This record gives sequence, structure tokens and C-alpha cells, in this order.
Amino acid sequence: MSDYNFAYLDEQTKRMIRRALLKAIAVPGYQVPFASREMPMPYGWGTGGVQVTASTLVPEDVLKVIDQGADDTTNAVSIRRFFEVTAGVETTTEVPVATLIQTRHRVPETPLTEGQIIVYQVPIPEPLRFLEPRETETRKMHSLGEYGLMHVKLYEDIARHGEIATTYAYPARVSSGYVMDPSPIPKFDNPKLDHSPAIQLFGAGREQRIYALPPWTSVQSLDFEDHPFDPSRADGECALCGSKDSYLDEVITDDAGGRMFICSDTDYCARRSEGAA
Amino acid sequence: MSVTDLSGGFSSPAADAARAFRQALNALARPGEIVEVSGISPPAPLGGAAAALLLTLVDHEVAIHLAGRFDQPAVREWLAFHTGTDFVPAEEADFAVGRWEELLPLSQFPAGTPEYPERSATLIVAMDSLTASGSRLSGPGIRSEAFLNLPDEKTLAANAARFPLGVDFFFTAGDQLAGLPRSTKIGD
Repeated sequence: MSDYNFAYLDEQTKRMIRRALLKAIAVPGYQVPFASREMPMPYGWGTGGVQVTASTLVPEDVLKVIDQGADDTTNAVSIRRFFEVTAGVETTTEVPVATLIQTRHRVPETPLTEGQIIVYQVPIPEPLRFLEPRETETRKMHSLGEYGLMHVKLYEDIARHGEIATTYAYPARVSSGYVMDPSPIPKFDNPKLDHSPAIQLFGAGREQRIYALPPWTSVQSLDFEDHPFDPSRADGECALCGSKDSYLDEVITDDAGGRMFICSDTDYCARRSEGAA
Repeated sequence: MSVTDLSGGFSSPAADAARAFRQALNALARPGEIVEVSGISPPAPLGGAAAALLLTLVDHEVAIHLAGRFDQPAVREWLAFHTGTDFVPAEEADFAVGRWEELLPLSQFPAGTPEYPERSATLIVAMDSLTASGSRLSGPGIRSEAFLNLPDEKTLAANAARFPLGVDFFFTAGDQLAGLPRSTKIGD
């Protein structure tokens, strides 16, 4: 017998979040307001994702939590342990075994499958927020499909830098018409959102918004005919597993200019290294 | 005063509601897919899946409209005991339960506003049976196409045409459940 209610949150809160999640699924890409609760962790540590996960978990779930692709960083370890204690669910680091994956800033390299759910931690859910600070205005812009300002922003990137300089939280248009923030994943991961077989849920705790993508939903990164979307990647291969396709982190190894590239996805890298050994 | 039988709710509320919600999420995210939600014994004419949805999603913060023969004391008392909800006319409903004919016209339910499309009703429709045949469904949640025995293709297509406004549906038959969000394209 645990001292916590199943998955920490009280039932009242879960019902409120569950209602928001269903409306978010019904209107893909639209940000549904919800009454975000204080969680036993600071804002910015995934309070939105944690509340969505807590409301979606069933006792039979196998949970994986990743932070910037890694299973072994503070955020990932503490959220995993949080649900081990409060929900008693089994946890894993392996994508194919997991039924529910909570992620901060990456989509796993291993393709997701039907029946899986991925929960994104979102700091700023509103893609237009830095262009238009007023919520009343951004709401109107979404309802009218008025995204010209976003295209101007991407155009200004090209005028200034010769290419679209947005590299993460790259805006994408959902088939429903809404433009959404895919959370601060590298734009390398944007194509993985498109027609994913998994249910994708997005939770922003501080900003009190939930949005979602049902499986097999079209999600197209914004671009121009003459400047098509480019899911850029560091030109190199992983020093540990040799992958030439995965998203790479650059690690500085000494103070004499030594550096190496390694996979950002630790589960993918570890299983490739094992397979090769 | 008669004594109403209030038993038949979730035996383990937190875990059972979590499982019921997961099935509802799967059903709404994959329109046309028929899922099972069992373990509830509500008073007739409420079915197991419809009652599980209500116990999972409804509380004093939202209000239900009971349509037609669902609006009877046994159902009201049972739902009031288990959820603490209010019973309201269709125009104010967050959730509604009834047979298809009893819920018409759909225009009486809140369908959201362009700036707040989520402020719309969710209709739980009691059917005699659910089968993966009949109307063709496509759109978000469906890989190529799916089929479901919808009660009225034309009215539902008109609801879908209002996207992002419109109401969302759960079709239920006994312990079976299928979802139909407003985003689903119906026909051709």
C-alpha cells in the first residue's frame, strides 16, 4: 500500500486533465487550457509532462523517461523514480519495451510503434508568443489561421543568415490547420512527428496548456518552396557506436581543442554498441 | 422514499478510472477502433462503457444532460452519488448521454467558439451494437481508412464540416466503446 494516490495526483485533478486531453485529441494541434497544479518539482523540470503522464498512466504501463535523449540525466532519473514510487509502474530505458515515454527535448531514434504514447515536456507551447505577446491576439490568430507573421520571421532568418536559422522548437503545421510548437526538440526530430504511429501528448505546466496529435496525423514543418525544410545534423559519426544517422552531441574532451561526437539518444547508442560488440 | 441501489461503481477507483481513461483515449485517438471497458454495473439503461466514461470524466466541475429515457431517477441518483455532477439542459451540457434520436438536433449542444473550440459537448451515444463496418472514416488517428456503423452519416458529416467547432462522440454498446472526434472525415 502506497502512501500516495495512484500516480500522485488526486482523482479530481486527473479528471480535469483527462477532459483536456480528450479535447486536445479532438482538435489536433490546438492548445487546450488546463488548471495546472503545483508539482513536487520546479517549473521547467517537466511539470506539464509529469501531470499528463500521471493522468495517462495505467498500473500495467512500462515507463521510459528521457532528457535530451539521455536516460541517465537528473531530470530523467528523478521523474522515473517519481513514478516508480507513486504509481508503482515498471520502468525501462528501452524504446521497444516502453508503453509510455515521457521526453524532454528529443524524440527517440528508434521508431515508435502503434500502441505507444509519447508525452513531451513543453516550456512555451505558443509558437507565436515571441512574435505576439498578447494571448488575446495569438488566440485570434490561431482561430483565423493567420500565420503570416511566422513566415515573415522565417523569411527574415533567410534574409539575415542565408538560411532558416531556427534550429529547435521549429514550428510545424498540423493537418487540422493549426501551427504548433513541437517543444524544443531539434528540428532534426520534426519529421518524426509526421504520421507517427504513436499518440503524442504535449504538456506545458507553467503555461497551463495541453495539446496533442493522434496517430497518423500530418505534421509539416513550415518552409518555403525555394528554401525547403532541412532537418540538419552535425556532419560526423558517433564516436561510441559509429552511427551516421543519429542526432549527435558534441562533447569537449580536454582544454586543447579535443572534441568528439556522440549520439544524443543513449538507449539507441547503447543498444547499437552492444549489437556491434 | 425508495432505496436506490448505488453499488456497481469502480471497485478500485484510481486504477479502474486510469484504465477506462486509457481506453477512451485510445478510442478517440483512433476513430473507428472498438475497445472494451468492463467492470461497471450501472442501472439500466446506462451501459457499462457509457457509465465508465462518466465516472472517469465527470465531476462537480462539469454538467451532464440526460436525454430521453436516460433521464430517470435511478440514473440521476446513481450518477449524483458517484460523480457529484449537475444535470442540465442540452444547451449547457459538457457531457450528454442518450440514444441517437434522443440527442438530436446536435445544434442544441455547445460546439465551442473559434477561439475556444474545446468548450464543446462530448456526446455519449448508446447503440445496440458496434461493428467495424458501414461508414468510411478517414483523418487524424486513421492510417488510411476505418469503418464504423454510424447512426446518421449525413448529420455527423455536417458536424465534422464545422471543424474546429463541433461536438465529439463516444458510441457505446454494453461494454464496448468507439470514439468519433470532430476531426474525422466521414464518407467517400
